[in-house]
Amino acid sequence: MLELRAVTAGYDRRAPVVRDAHLTVTPGEAVGLLGPSGCGKSTLARVAALLHRPDAGEVVLDGTPVRGFRHRAPREQRTAIGVVFQQPRLAADPRLRLADLIAEPLRATGRRASAADRVAELADTVGLTPDLLGRRPHEVSDGQLQRACLARALALKPRWLVCDEMTAMLDASTTAALVRAVEDYRASTGAGLLSVGHDRVLLNRWCDRTVPWEAVAAG
Amino acid sequence: MTTEADTAAGPAAPEWRAHDAARRSTHVLRLRVSAALVAVTVLAVLLVPPLVQLDQQAVDLAAKLEPPSWAHPFGTDDVGRDLLLRCVYGLRVSLLVGVVAALTATVIGTAVGAAAGALGGWADRLVMRLVDTLSSVPHLLLGIFIVAMFRPGVWPVVISVALTHWLSTARIVRAEVLSLRSRPFVDAAVSGGASRWRVTVRHLLPGVLPQAGLAAVLMVPHAMWHESALSFLGLGLPTHTASLGTLIQGARGSLLAGQWWPTLFPGLFLILPTLAVAGLAGAWRERINPRRRSELML
Repeated sequence: MLELRAVTAGYDRRAPVVRDAHLTVTPGEAVGLLGPSGCGKSTLARVAALLHRPDAGEVVLDGTPVRGFRHRAPREQRTAIGVVFQQPRLAADPRLRLADLIAEPLRATGRRASAADRVAELADTVGLTPDLLGRRPHEVSDGQLQRACLARALALKPRWLVCDEMTAMLDASTTAALVRAVEDYRASTGAGLLSVGHDRVLLNRWCDRTVPWEAVAAG
Repeated sequence: MTTEADTAAGPAAPEWRAHDAARRSTHVLRLRVSAALVAVTVLAVLLVPPLVQLDQQAVDLAAKLEPPSWAHPFGTDDVGRDLLLRCVYGLRVSLLVGVVAALTATVIGTAVGAAAGALGGWADRLVMRLVDTLSSVPHLLLGIFIVAMFRPGVWPVVISVALTHWLSTARIVRAEVLSLRSRPFVDAAVSGGASRWRVTVRHLLPGVLPQAGLAAVLMVPHAMWHESALSFLGLGLPTHTASLGTLIQGARGSLLAGQWWPTLFPGLFLILPTLAVAGLAGAWRERINPRRRSELML
């Protein structure tokens, strides 16, 4: 279970962006969170991915309350959640070739030896051809870069996926390919998904249930 | 309608292009002159001492304070030493002090700035208040204080300049790290299990290196000027060691008697490399300017 309980979060304690948000994702479930832009859903996604410390409330991951966020969260908790961000350009270190970008979580967690094989496997999963792996982010399109970012998120076989407007920058066919890659991964591993977005049609087709922002958080 | 618009735009375009081309050729000229000057300086400093078998300390009292001539292109000083040779040896010492001090200051500044920016919170506040406090002390004064604690020599000057000049680099690096730290790719690295150390070394530091490198290059002439100032005040290098500062200091007496060459040439040796380095750094800054880079990319 990935549970958000009474989460209040923001960047200024006096003016929180998210107030009193409750959300639960059960294992294997795909939950869509639907909200207009600027409502705070990305902030909530960052909290769910343990990347932003909430001002109040708690996150419970598989029955264990999360005590710290970002670097203060234990590595097992952090890597149990894979994150895909809205803008692949900003989410990719401009210096790394795509192969290094995908291998980064493997290297950071001491799985250097198996990295090359795993990268090839992941690239195949998300539909990246081998010649793209040697390129740097500015030499590929947004769609190709987002595929690499999805591969990076899947590298450590997370039990949970948080997709923050993953397909907002992409065309319809790339969107379909990425959603299919996520669904294939979930079908083979039983991972839960929290997909945040403002596209009602997409979320309704993709997710088991779609919750509107008003039902999750107060005002 | 269209022809009218075409003729209206016609004469304006070449003028704009010519202006742009002229500006670019000035840039190229400045870059080439700067690069040539830096190259000549480095070559002179590296090649002259091993290749030219002349003693820069050779005293010839019969030929003291001779104006520039074919035998002594820069003239001689008050004990008849050849000033061209003294200037090259002096530049060698000054450049060594400048480069080593600038590199040390950059390493200290980058380490402190990166640590403050990457750790954030109270560690950042504490370190930056310390930097503010140190910056409020005039750095020449602080440098004199540090030099005065040691015997005269090259290393006290290096230490003094390095310990007083890392502050601006620390500020630049910290600001750069803070801006990089909030990018989603750092979030992605954190989510991928990267430690603080790994995020800093792999993602943050490579991003600030161009800025830190530029700061280091610009600091070389600044450090040379400091060495000269300390030596001129009699606190830096011992007077028998030729450095640009000690040469200018030694020439003070003869300047009042009308002998201009012992002051002019060491002064030029100090100013020209400074201008050349500034010219090169300007070109580099233009290269790493993000806006220009994004224009090149598109």
